[in-house]
Parts: sequence; structure tokens; C-alpha cells
Amino acid sequence: MSAPNKSYDPVEVEALKPEVVEQARDEALAAFAAAADLDELKQAKVAHTGDRSPLSLANREIGALPPQAKAAAGKLIGQARGAVNQALAKRQVELEAERDARVLVEEAVDVTLPYGRVPRGARHPLTTLAERIEDTFVAMGYQVASGPEVEAEWLNFDALNLHADHPARSMQDTFFVEAPDGSADSGMVLRTQTSPVQIRAMLAGEPPLYAVSPGRVYRTDELDATHTPVFRQVEAIAVDEGITFGHLKGTIEVLVEKLIGGGLELRWRPSYFPFTEPSAEIDLQCFVCRGASVGNPDRPCRTCSSEGWIELGGCGVVNPRVLVAAGIDPSRYSGFAFGLGLERILMNRHNVADMRDMVEGDVRFTLPFGMEI
Amino acid sequence: MRVPLSWLREYVDLPAGETGRDVAARLVRAGLEVETVEQLGTDVKGPLVVGEVLSIEELTGFKKPIRHCFVNVGAANGTGEPQEIVCGATNFQVGDKVVVILPGGVLPGPFPISARQTYGHTSAGMICSARELGMGDDHNGIIVLPPEYEPGTDAIELLQLVDEVLDIAVTPDRGYCLSMRGVAREAAAAYGLPLADPALLDVPPANSYGYLVKVADPVGCDRFVARTVTGVDPGAKSPIWLQRRLQKAGIRPVSLAVDITNYVMLEVGQPLHAYDRNRVDGPIQVRRAVEGEELTTLDGVKRKLSAEDLLICDNSGPIGLAGVMGGASTEILDPVVDAETGLATGTTDIIVEAAHFEPVAIARTAKRHKLPSEASKRFERGVDPEAARAAAQRAVDLLVLIAGGTAEAGVTDIAAPHPVRTIPIDADLPDRVAGAEYGRETVTRRLQEVGCTVVGTDVLEVTPPSWRPDLTDPYDLAEEVIRLEGYDNVPARMPVTPPGRGLSEAQRFHRRVGVALAGAGYVEINAYPFVGDASFDALGLEADDARRRTVKLVNPLNDAEPALRTTLLPGLLGALRRNVGRGNTDLALFETGTVFLPKAEPKVAPRLPVDRRPTEEQLAELNAALPDQPRRVAVALTGERLPSGWWGKGAPSGWADAVEAARVVAAAAGVELTVRQAQYAPWHPGRCAELLVGEEVVGHAGELHPRVVKALHLPERTSAMELDLDLLFEDGRRVSGPPVSAYPVATQDVALIVDAAVHAADVEAALREGAGELLESLRLFDVFTGEQAGAGKKSLAYTLRFRATDRTLTADEASAAREAAVAVAAERTGAVLRGA
Repeated sequence: MSAPNKSYDPVEVEALKPEVVEQARDEALAAFAAAADLDELKQAKVAHTGDRSPLSLANREIGALPPQAKAAAGKLIGQARGAVNQALAKRQVELEAERDARVLVEEAVDVTLPYGRVPRGARHPLTTLAERIEDTFVAMGYQVASGPEVEAEWLNFDALNLHADHPARSMQDTFFVEAPDGSADSGMVLRTQTSPVQIRAMLAGEPPLYAVSPGRVYRTDELDATHTPVFRQVEAIAVDEGITFGHLKGTIEVLVEKLIGGGLELRWRPSYFPFTEPSAEIDLQCFVCRGASVGNPDRPCRTCSSEGWIELGGCGVVNPRVLVAAGIDPSRYSGFAFGLGLERILMNRHNVADMRDMVEGDVRFTLPFGMEI
Repeated sequence: MRVPLSWLREYVDLPAGETGRDVAARLVRAGLEVETVEQLGTDVKGPLVVGEVLSIEELTGFKKPIRHCFVNVGAANGTGEPQEIVCGATNFQVGDKVVVILPGGVLPGPFPISARQTYGHTSAGMICSARELGMGDDHNGIIVLPPEYEPGTDAIELLQLVDEVLDIAVTPDRGYCLSMRGVAREAAAAYGLPLADPALLDVPPANSYGYLVKVADPVGCDRFVARTVTGVDPGAKSPIWLQRRLQKAGIRPVSLAVDITNYVMLEVGQPLHAYDRNRVDGPIQVRRAVEGEELTTLDGVKRKLSAEDLLICDNSGPIGLAGVMGGASTEILDPVVDAETGLATGTTDIIVEAAHFEPVAIARTAKRHKLPSEASKRFERGVDPEAARAAAQRAVDLLVLIAGGTAEAGVTDIAAPHPVRTIPIDADLPDRVAGAEYGRETVTRRLQEVGCTVVGTDVLEVTPPSWRPDLTDPYDLAEEVIRLEGYDNVPARMPVTPPGRGLSEAQRFHRRVGVALAGAGYVEINAYPFVGDASFDALGLEADDARRRTVKLVNPLNDAEPALRTTLLPGLLGALRRNVGRGNTDLALFETGTVFLPKAEPKVAPRLPVDRRPTEEQLAELNAALPDQPRRVAVALTGERLPSGWWGKGAPSGWADAVEAARVVAAAAGVELTVRQAQYAPWHPGRCAELLVGEEVVGHAGELHPRVVKALHLPERTSAMELDLDLLFEDGRRVSGPPVSAYPVATQDVALIVDAAVHAADVEAALREGAGELLESLRLFDVFTGEQAGAGKKSLAYTLRFRATDRTLTADEASAAREAAVAVAAERTGAVLRGA
């Protein structure tokens, strides 16, 4: 390269002629536009923006120009390179987007494929039903109480005003625990009801007492579609100043509304339990037929056997004798208690036709209930 | 108690249109449990008429006797001609009046009747038995009617086939409702109608010339009425109306004297007993038995008596179990009919007993001899002692009227003096119990309806009626008022409870266990807790295994399973097998529940007083007698734990899953579980983990012993875990938040060679201890045995992650910690760095 030459005419330098620069620019733009993928674009990039590309070579010539010519030539080349780089970047983005779109399409899978890799478990519906009832009472301020399944006869019977010869004692077909001498006089039974928990709760402290106690109970029934020797009850007791039968009604209405639904009639039938007085059986209007099946053979109802009512359980005002046995002054306190059979509620609330399904532990029965009912 | 509506109407003038259902609804609201309302006779359609047998031709050559008869049915068949009927029964003769259904009629079934050819003859109708008409389960051939009925008379009405029967389950406090009289009283109160009391009879006063009775136990027997009827026709039969009422009430007609005693019992609720006077030897005595005495009861069973049994005796000894069942030696004889004269011989003179016995004595005797009878059922629940005289009178009247007897003038009536029971009750007690406002006038009126005498104003002095021994305290009376006013009318309200405390920590823990296991893929089951020796044999428990010591039941459902479980495994494995048998092959089951562990020295739980709070000592003694009942959790697994599928291979369940289930439970408890190799039935001796919290064993897990698997018919490699939840639970536990360092982690791997017998848990513990505080986590990522590890050795490869809370660790610091870890492992377990 020669020294700066005042007479040097840029037009004389072939590579810096405007038409040549423009041609190089246009060729570059065309090459980028023609690049079909990122590989071709890369080749075009090398050819048109690399060190040996026409514009790069032309740029080098500027240094040899006389000072008065440098500016114009620099501007000419700069504009051309700017246009080329811009087009390259634009094409790069376009082609990358195209590639990404293509790859994501290729990577698509059938998301409807079944996937059973992690097996699911389930809790027994009787467990979750009991918890649901517990929660309803806990929200009302109750505590959850429990007691042993092998229970003292005194707690299962005597303290509940069922003395040894009480006819009601033979009504309940009791499993008796063998005494050390082999006789039935161990003073212990498999509890026939959750009511002994009432006594335990009363013995544990002074009123006010508000407690709910679900649990397993036992009667000597053979297993069939509607009976099981081992079943579950939930019992609630309230002992406080001024507790009345009306409070019992209100409490059960809340429970039924929460558990089964609102707008259902309850029927309160006078009944007899030694531990309550007055005593009642509670019937719930059938929530399936709402009584429409009664005397109507064309519309039989499986849920209530066309009776129109479903038995919920027994209840009443705690017999003062029971309070006395538990050391509570009946002149100051009164109470109510009720007990419900969970199996029957499950049958009704969830259309379970056969109680054996709750007993046998077949996973096909339990799995659909999942974690909550 | 079965109550025919037609019979009930005799005492209460119920509105004509009232159906059985209507009456039942009213009685239900008043507290009688009407279980069903039976519609009788709706499935019988006439013509059903009285027929007179004109001729009988015995057909032969068939497998059973067949009779070809002509029967006069009057004008009922439209022609007046004798009806030709083929009949398979033989208990009738020419001239007998029978019940004939004519073609066009329908018997229950339904069996439509038409004329048809059979046994070579035309049979235009059928001669009916009681069973065919749905009257009872009498199998003794066709009905032979008394001779007085005209042929052609409508038999549907004659036999009172159409009726409604209310079946009432009488609760133990309402003994009086085990009678028409009692139910009628409730019906009268429910409808506000007057009651025609069947016990309101004219009875001659007691005198000294009745049959001699001595009551030696006036506590056991506080009333004894005896009447005598002589000259009874032994051949007399119960009239149709009486038989039908008994049948509808569910009692089979037997013989006239017995039918009458049963009828009066149903009517007024007083059990009666009839003795053949000529078979009673001397005066009747009422006393307790002498231990060892014997009595053959009516049912032909010879019974050994206990000193507590209350007896009716004569000079020969016991002749009846008082209030429960009579003796065979003095019972009314079955009539024997002389074939030639047609005259019947049998009992002609009858003593009628109407007594009142103490409920407890009767209940115990009935229970002891397993003899629940209609009589004992009533005495146990309380019989009206004032009805005895009327009941005896009613029986005498019927024997005279129907059996042609003569009532003797003697009237025996021994009555122990009864104090008048008066109960004071605050007039507002019913209001306070119900939470309603009745007012004194309503309270008084309702108590009077029940039969009480009521005097007073603020405090009412109430004398309950003799038939309500259950009314003993003010609350009994309050209940009567509230029930008659209607439970439905008590306003509902909510009590104001004190602030709640929510679930206890233990309750929350128990829920967490269930949620955690279900979340880990386990399905909950609830097995029965009944086990037997075979259960333990199958588990391979040694003869002296503590789990064989059980709490036993006196009256198990299944004699092979008389005990309560000491482990959850038998029930759980049973459920597993049941599932497998039904084709559910990949299973992970769990159960939580109590086991029952007898005390070292079993004791009897005391029967404490009920008239006051027991002392703390008494309660402690009572609780000490109960078996320990800890709460357990168990799991059982078989098949694939992780299923294979299009994603790749699955994984079979095994010992490690069972151990992991224990860790899931421990995590729910928030406690650290230590695992130790152990040998414990029913687990595989080489694949059994002992689970500990600190130094306390809380359970076991692993693969079951192959012998156990075989004995229980389980799939191979079935695994199980059982854990004591009570031991795992720690009250008041609180998690402290750990510091979380933002400095980078330094990861170092080590591969150690140890003897094959060394436990990974020991190596890990040593590494942790040696690594010190900088160790953030440690993971065993590879285990292998074989040539590279050396004979009798295994290689354990760990990744150790180190991190400081206050700085970035240098490579030297991390390496130093790693070397310290390896050094402790080497010292404790003989571990050698692989390649070193």
C-alpha cells in the first residue's frame, strides 16, 4: 500500500465505487433472504460479513484514501454494512423461530397416554365419615373423646342405668370377656355401644362437657347385608347448666344439615334407653324419595325401603341416675346424648347396598372413596 | 306385640275410616315402635264358602291318599248342586263342615282356582287348609268348622280373614303395652277418645274357701289369685273368633283351656296358668327352689333348679317355674276322643292361676334356663298386679261360657300389702327438661291421661297407676308429659358451648398416619379382631410367644376364633388374601386399630356402685383390670409396588417397601426411626427389620417367612410391617426451623469396602458422626458385591454434601471432613476406601 496521496481519487479505487458497494450489499441481502435454514445463513454470514467478504475488503481500502475522501467512503461502507448486519440479525431471528417451531412439533407426545406409575391409596370411608362428623362437632366447640373397646361392664352397663337384671341388657347381644376362672364373670365385655365413653368423659372432669366419640362397638350378630358384629357408632354428649331436649334437637339438626343436607324433615319418636329420659329415636325424611315412595308401589325407594324415613339413631336427655353415677349433681346440671350408627349413614349417604363391602377390605370398594367422602 | 286392628277397635272407638297405617302413625308419635302394618286377607278372593261334605270316595292307586268328594255349598255355586272336588287331605268325614273355594276364587300365592281334571275326576274348587288361606302355619290338614254353620255362608267374613295387624316392638319400660289393654290405652290417649278397659270386670271378693295356696316368699310373689272351674267339657274346642284372634296375634291355638289363658294374657297383659285340678296334690305353695331340685317343664325338658328359682309346688314337689313355664305333671291333658261314642275324656276341673311375680326373679330364671316365654317376657317388664283378679275372672267366664264349666264360688286372693307410691314432681320439671312451656294444667292433664292421680299446685303429688311400675321418679313423669305433647313440638335451639380446643395432638397424629399411608399408595381396611390358635400357628409363632397370650371371649361368634387379636397381621393378611383371590394382585393395604394384651395377672373388673361417684381408687382398680389396648398400624404388600407400563419397568413390592412404610409413619409422628436387623416371627429371618425409637423397639417390618406365606396361601414375597403408634407418639413435639445456608455446596463421593455382614445403617451412622456439622446430607447411591468388592465383602458408595452456614467451604475443608468421616467408618465398621 502506498503512502497517502493527495491526488488519490476514491472513484479510482474499484472496491469503493458506490455501485460496487451497493452491489456487494445487495448480494449479501439476497444471500440472507435465500438462506433456508440456520446453517445456510451461517455460510452466508461468513461470505458476506466475514473478513474476506467484499465489504470488509473494501473497508480496508479506506485507510489509504486521502483524508478528504475518507469520510465519504467511510459513510458509504458503514451504511452498507449496517444494512447487511440488520438483515442478518432479522433473518437469524426468523430462522431460529422456524427451527424452534419445527423442533417443538417434532417433540410433541400423546398426553392422553395413561400413566399409572404411582399407585394411589385410599382411606376407609368409615374413617373419613367419622372424621367428618368429628369436625362438625369440633367446630361447635366439642372435644373428641375415646375409650377402650374391651370395657368394664360397670361402664358399659351399670353406670348407664342398666343394672344386672335390666331387660335392656339382654337386648344387646353382648360378647363377654372370659374371667381368669373361665367364667363370664370377668366384669368386662366388648363394648356394645360408645356410651361408656360418656361416663369416662364425665368422670374426667367437671361440666361443662361437650364431647363426641366415634368408635368400634360389638354385638353378637352374624355378618350379612345389613348387620355386622363389629360396627361403628358415634356418640355425642353435652352436660352443662340448663341443657334441654330442645338443645338436643337443635344440635342434631345442625349435624344432619352438615352431613346430609338441608331442608329435610326429622321425626322424633319417643323411645326407651335406660341412660336417657326422655328418649327418642330420630328418623330422617328419606333424602332420595322424600316420602314419595310410601304406599306407592310404582315408585319404590331402595334407600328407605319405601318407608319414607331413615333411622338415624337414638338420643335423649341424660338420665339423672347416670349423672349421679358419674359424680355430677343432677340438681345443677343436665345433659343430652345421642348415638348414630356410621355404617347405616354410609349406606344411605353413599348408596352402599351391602354392609359386607365395608368389612371385607376389597380395594375395589375402598379406592373410589379416596381421601375424603 | 301383634295387635289386630279389629280387636283394638273393641276397646277404642276409632274413626271408621282410620287405616292400620293411620293408627300406626299416631302410635309411633306417642312412642310405640310399630314395625310393620300387615294387611291380612287382601290376597284371598272368593267365592270362599262353608261346605258340607256329602260323600267321600277314596281313590287308590296313587302315591298318596286322594279323596273324591261331593260337597254341598248351598247356593254359592249358582246351581245348588253338590260341588265335585278332589282333595288330598284325610282329616274329615262325611257330614263335616269345611271351607271351600269355588272356581273364580284366588288363594294367596296367587293361585287362581278353576275347574280342572285331576286323578281322573273333575275338581271344581278346593277344600282349604288354614295355611292355604294364610291364617297360620297349621299343617294338620283342612279346616273342619264347628257344625253350626250353614253351607254357602261366606267364609271370608266367618274366618275374619280380612284385617290389619300392627306389629309393635315393645320397649322394656312399657310392659303394659304387651297387651291389648295397654295398646288401647295409648291409642285412646293418641286420639283423645275414651277407653273401654277390659280389666274393668265384676269380681266376687276373696273368700276363705278358694283353692288353698300358701305363699312362702311374699317378696317373689306379692299376689296370687286362684279360681276353680269344674265340669269343663274336655272335648270343647276354641271358637273361630278366639282362634282367629290368637292366630293374628301370632299365637298358635292349642286347646281350649290353653287358648283361653293365652287370650286373656293378650287382652289384659296378665299371664295365667291353668292346672288340671285332679293332678295337683294338695295345696299350692310358692317358694324358692332347693338347690338340686328338678322339674320337668311343659316342653318335656327335665330341668335342674337353682336356689334362686321361684317355684309353684304341691305336695309332690315343684309343679311349675313361677311366671316362666308350667310343669308337665299338672298340665291340662290333651283330650282323648273315644272312636265309638265320640266322647272326649281329659281334664274337666281346672285351677286358674293369676299371680304377680318379682320381675328380677323371673328374668333370672328365664335367662338361667334359657326359657324366654310369653309369660316371662311380661313379668320381666312389669305386669299390673291389680289386673290379676280381673284376668282370673275373665278366664273363668270364658271357661264357663265356651267349655260349659261351672265356676266354683271359692276365690283365693293372696296379696302382700303394697305401699302407695307417690312421686313429688315440680310442676315445671317437664318444661325445664324439654325446654318448652307446657304449664301446670297441661302437665296435670297429661299425667291423668297416663292413669296417674295428681294433686297439688307448684309441686304435684303424683300416684302412678298400678300398670306403670316403670314410673318411679319425676323424670319418668316428665317424659310422659313431653312425649304425649309431642317431641316434634319441642322448639329446637343450640346450646352455648365454651370455646373449643380442637383435636388433641394424638388425634391429629392418628389422622396424619392415615393420610400419609393413603398418600403413599396404601388402601385402608378394617378387619375383625377375632383370632384363634390357628391364626398364630399360621404366623409361625413359638409356643411361648407373648402374642399367644390373649383376651378370650366366652361367647365368640366362631369357636375357632375365641380370642382378640394381639397383632393386626392375621386380619390384615386375611384381607390381602381375599383381595388376591378376587383378582386384585397388586396390593398395598394398611390398618390402624387396637390390639388387646392381657394383663400379666388377669383380674376381674369390679362392679362399682351407681348411686354415687366411685372413688379414684375404685376407678383405678377398674381400669387396671382392663387389658392393655395399644393402637397399632400395620401394612401388607404384594405384587407390583410400582407397575410397569409404556414408561418402562415397574418394581415389585418387597421388604424395603415395608420398612419404608414404617418410615412414612415415623415421619408423620415426627420421630427418627432406627432400623436394625432382627429375627422375629412371622418375618423372613434374613429379611426382618426391627424398628426402634431410641432404644425402644416399636415394631417390625420386612418380608414374611416363606412358611408363613405358604400357610396363609399368600403370594410369594408378601411383605408386612406392624408398628405401635402409642410408642411412636410424642406429645408436645415442636419442629425447630433449620438454618438454610445460601453458600455453595461441596460434594464428595466415597466408595467403601466392608464385610458383607456389616449393616449399612452402621456405616452411615459412622460417616455422619465423623463428617461432623458441615455434612448437609448423605446418600447411599450404590451397593454391590462381587469380584470387584472381593470375596465376602460389599461396596457401599456414598455422596456426601458439605456446606457451611457462614462461608464458602474450601476444597481442603470439604476433603478434611470427608476424611474424618471415612476414618470413623473405618474404625467402627472396618471400612476401607475402595482403591485405597
